Amino acid sequence: MSAQSSLVRGYEVVIGIETHAQLSTASKIFSGAATAFGAAPNTQACAIDLALPGTLPVLNRGAVERAIRFGLAVGATIAPLSIFARKNYFYPDLPKGYQISQYETPVVQGGQLAIGATGEQKIVHLTRAHLEEDAGKSLHEDYHGMTGIDLNRAGTPLLEIVTEPDLRSSNEAVDYARTLHALVVWLDICDGNMQEGSFRCDANVSVRRPGQPLGTRREIKNLNSFRFLQQAIDFEIRWQIDRLEDGLPIEQATVLFDPTSGETRAMRSKEEAHDYRYFPDPDLPPLAIAREWIESVRAALPELPGTMAERFVRDDGLPAYDARLMTQSLAFARFYEAARDACGQPKLVANWLMSEVSRRLNAEEREIHAAPVSAKQLAAMIARIADGTISSSGAKRVFDRLWSGAGSDVDAIIEAEGLRQLSDAAALEALIDEVIAANARSVEEYRAGKEKAFNALIGQAMKASRGKANPAQVSALLKRKLSR
Amino acid sequence: MSVLHDLGVAELGRLLAAGGASSAEITKHLLARIAAHQHLGAFLCVDEGLAMRAAHAADARRARGEASALLGVPIAHKDIFVTRDLPTSAGSRMLAGYRSPFDATVVARLGADGAGMVTLGKLNCDEFAMGSSNENSAFGPVHNPWDTTRVPGGSSGGSATAVAARLLPAATGTDTGGSIRQPACFSGVTGIKPTYGTCSRWGMVAFASSLDQAGPIARSAEDCALLLGAMSGFDERDSTSAPREAQDFHAQMLTARSGASVSRPLAGLRIGLPREFFPKALAGDVENAVRAALAALEKLGAALLEVSLPRTELAIPVYYIIAPAEASSNLSRFDGVRYGRRASRYADLLDMYMKSRSEGFGPEVKRRIMIGTYVLSHGYYDAYYLQAQKLRRMIAEDFQRCFGSCDVIAGPVAPTVAWRIGEQGDDPVKAYLADVFTLPASLAGLPGMSVPAGFGDRGMPVGLQLIGNYWQEGVLLHAAHALQQATDWHRRAPAGV
Repeated sequence: MSAQSSLVRGYEVVIGIETHAQLSTASKIFSGAATAFGAAPNTQACAIDLALPGTLPVLNRGAVERAIRFGLAVGATIAPLSIFARKNYFYPDLPKGYQISQYETPVVQGGQLAIGATGEQKIVHLTRAHLEEDAGKSLHEDYHGMTGIDLNRAGTPLLEIVTEPDLRSSNEAVDYARTLHALVVWLDICDGNMQEGSFRCDANVSVRRPGQPLGTRREIKNLNSFRFLQQAIDFEIRWQIDRLEDGLPIEQATVLFDPTSGETRAMRSKEEAHDYRYFPDPDLPPLAIAREWIESVRAALPELPGTMAERFVRDDGLPAYDARLMTQSLAFARFYEAARDACGQPKLVANWLMSEVSRRLNAEEREIHAAPVSAKQLAAMIARIADGTISSSGAKRVFDRLWSGAGSDVDAIIEAEGLRQLSDAAALEALIDEVIAANARSVEEYRAGKEKAFNALIGQAMKASRGKANPAQVSALLKRKLSR
Repeated sequence: MSVLHDLGVAELGRLLAAGGASSAEITKHLLARIAAHQHLGAFLCVDEGLAMRAAHAADARRARGEASALLGVPIAHKDIFVTRDLPTSAGSRMLAGYRSPFDATVVARLGADGAGMVTLGKLNCDEFAMGSSNENSAFGPVHNPWDTTRVPGGSSGGSATAVAARLLPAATGTDTGGSIRQPACFSGVTGIKPTYGTCSRWGMVAFASSLDQAGPIARSAEDCALLLGAMSGFDERDSTSAPREAQDFHAQMLTARSGASVSRPLAGLRIGLPREFFPKALAGDVENAVRAALAALEKLGAALLEVSLPRTELAIPVYYIIAPAEASSNLSRFDGVRYGRRASRYADLLDMYMKSRSEGFGPEVKRRIMIGTYVLSHGYYDAYYLQAQKLRRMIAEDFQRCFGSCDVIAGPVAPTVAWRIGEQGDDPVKAYLADVFTLPASLAGLPGMSVPAGFGDRGMPVGLQLIGNYWQEGVLLHAAHALQQATDWHRRAPAGV
């Protein structure tokens, strides 16, 4: 995509994304309380999470290990020494009156992520990723005009991943978010559950005329679905351009997206007029990460999607496009590998995964791990295509039965549905002879040079076989007989 | 058994071991004394039933053959340590009546699950440990038993007074900028603030996290050594706790120096006297007493030499930037939302915060929160906080230069003896300036000790400060113990108590 074609009404869109990925540790980042989602309010908040007097934070090494894993996967620098700072502000769901975060010296510095898996690739540069604790939740309903505070989430470990302003459209922003989401799930550092808030994005959006300095940005907070991310950015772009076109300035602001109206609106300036008074947290010594720790994490790192895709190209002979799609998530890749191993037909497996399987997953908003057809079943079906037992149209019917649960054994479905192809050469020859005899006109037209007539003859033969003939075989036989 | 309250920790331990008294008898005796000395204001709460049960439990442990030095010896804790069985206020209206669901590590290590000491109650202190006279307690001042019109020092004023008045053989304290050493000095008792990281801060209501350290206040170096040994040691719940093995400070205190003799136990010990610790502003009576104590140390074999800590005076602004900065953040949790004081009437969230905190905090705490908020705020951070951190490092480096030529640094603890209650008026800076000799060691994280060094004008106690290098508590305790073997200043009791 050229830079020119991505302009919106003559403006270049500039987007940077900050993502909060909840790290998949069993306990919180500075306390031993559990992080499981959905427990009754305040049942997973210990003395430290409640900020009782005399409590102190102790860093969860599991959270650091996950940050290192991420840093290595994006080719970032792992800081040998990083600093936890206090971000001071008052809010009822912030028990200490400050959030422990990393400010000037984050644990993960730099790094990059390739997006555009299915088209032109683009490198998105990361500024940093830092560790911090989540706040609790204010519950404004059901408390008779009062606000309830649930501190279960307080102290949950987050990795905040920040990009450079490298993205140029809402499509790129969503592509980045999806790629990042797939990576953190792939690395098993985040469960990726967006409904539960495990993966949320803030988008910094500005527009400018090409070649001009960066425009003033507005930050859209807390987008917890890819669709909202796209809608919010698109609305924000329209809004900013409209304003500039009206000759009005853009003021830096934090805005919220309302999914109901599809609009963004600025928070009251009072809510954002914070001086956070950052300073190093004296309760936590600098986080020192030894070379050996980094190396042991590196050694335990799973094969990364890019490397795996290269392997699928090299060893399985997949086109690069297919290989990138097969590695869209670890679960998807595992599914592909299992099916491939079971039938030995990498390209056919990839084709089916990219077409029929993906289509149905998308339609039903399911993930691959929840697909009703197992890798083993898919492989068994593909094996039957490969050995000529069924045609691809027959395979679609088999797949239907498998998906709907109407059948589970591929061979049983083939028999029950009568999908076995007519591959007995003698029977097929007799059938074709009959077709030739019964369609003298088409035969003549074909001999006169009308290719269309040949297709009609194939159609007749397929019809006569009730779809069981192998079309390729029919075509070859017809050709031979008609050329005599 | 009227002499029971004159006995120190080690002596009581020996008495208990010999069967000369039971913990229950000692406890009962001291509880009676506490009740008879309520006018001193040392205690914020006493739980006689709890204390007696603990004493009986300690006696039962002794009966089963346990014989540790502290088992059954009474103690009380500065109200800055949270306790499960007693309320914790930190000297503040903000926390009046607050009950912690857990014990501070120091409390647990000294108590029933640890050394087996018997907790009699909680001791008055300056609000959130901010102050040097105990006049900042929301629950009234503490009176110095040597002259009840005078302050006992602070912020561990209740601890110092209770020990000086023989209401307790020992108490815990905390020291952020001198809060163990200065009240020990003003009250004529012995106190030690160990190297930062020696005692766990888990369960200490935080004032300034990078400075706060717990330590004992008692009537002798030996008693301090016994207590510090039980209080200290690595705690995984405090990330700033030093990963060191538990130390036997008592054994370190008793270990003879090489080249020492009975008459010269401190032979070879080089004591550096920073010239900045003996300025013109130092009160004559204090200087005379300190010099006399130094002469006594010299007589015991120590060599005195002059050293320099050129940034001594700078310790005051550095401390009064860093400590309030940390305090302003540490005290943010007192917002009226989850525990502590909440204003009864308020219009909205902001009003609730403002009213609750306005009602809950006293003037000195408010002043420090404001100073701290200011120095951390955008545009001022570099000029104040960052600059202070740089100077803090330089102050620590100055000490290391000194320790190149000496083993211990000595000088006064405070420029004057204890002042009259109310004397400082509303000039907080006057009180800040009086911290000049204790702040440097706090900023450097070094161990410091206050040892009774006789008396100044009107018979008020004077303290000698000993400062050691990191983890050299043993050297300090050894020197102080030698001094106390040769002198009797630490044995003097205030008249009329």
